[in-house]
Amino acid sequence: MGLDQSLIGRSYPPSAVYEVSRAKIVEFADALGDVSPLSRDPEAAREAGYPDVIAPPTFLTIVNLGAIDALAADPELGLDYSRMVHGDQSFTHRRPVHAGDRLRVTTHVDDISSRAGNDFLTLRAEIHAEGGELVCTGTAQLVIRGEA
Amino acid sequence: MYRYRTAGDPGGSVSEVATGDELPPLRARVTRADLVRYAGASLDFNPIHYSDRIATEVGLPGVIAHGMLTMGLAGRVVSEWIGDAGRVLSCTSRFTRPVVVPDDDHGAVIEFSGTVTAVDDGVATVSITAKCEGKPVLGKARATVRVD
Repeated sequence: MGLDQSLIGRSYPPSAVYEVSRAKIVEFADALGDVSPLSRDPEAAREAGYPDVIAPPTFLTIVNLGAIDALAADPELGLDYSRMVHGDQSFTHRRPVHAGDRLRVTTHVDDISSRAGNDFLTLRAEIHAEGGELVCTGTAQLVIRGEA
Repeated sequence: MYRYRTAGDPGGSVSEVATGDELPPLRARVTRADLVRYAGASLDFNPIHYSDRIATEVGLPGVIAHGMLTMGLAGRVVSEWIGDAGRVLSCTSRFTRPVVVPDDDHGAVIEFSGTVTAVDDGVATVSITAKCEGKPVLGKARATVRVD
């Protein structure tokens, strides 16, 4: 019990590349009932000024989940995955994600605190395209519930 | 699923967006099948989203929807209103109450509404509410949207 607050500021090396495909964008849109042609029709996306079909606003949860997994795999942090719940989530986009993007995520531990027997960890996922361009910053609060 | 759009005129001129504008509401029905589909699309295979046995073992009343599914539907309310997901600059939400999804044909119904709370320098801030059985399931859900 009690995450080590000295691990605030820890970061992890960039992930492997996640390549965004048209098929995955359509799958994700389907799962949300989102029928926008900008996520399905490359011609419509190009007419709107995008290089290819664009992803719905929360699509990068896929990459963000990889960041959470990176934390969960750190033995020094010792997260108990079975007691972990998602407290909040934010995405700040520099530009829309489009099919063909090759993304890497770098994960940072921005904060650790403890309150009422629960631990709270704030994770920042910096998502970059090849060449280093920042595409999106994801911020998640993970809550590790104390054992009753 | 998700077929209960009840009102609205997406595709209006974005230059007319003003504080106090209401977004077209969304009534989304989420069944176990939808959770399976979202799990595959998002790669979030946490068993609390498909196994009653594991969900109850960790203290939940039963299988619950992915918080990110609810947030993704909230994002859809915003992107359908503005007509272009690429205009959504940021989105944020707290996950305040789990959406329990029973193993039947009816699932759970989540009702979304949204209001423009500010327009500043070509960027609108939208506040979103999401309710299941009359109770809020997202907290402080907001998005910023480019409207210039």
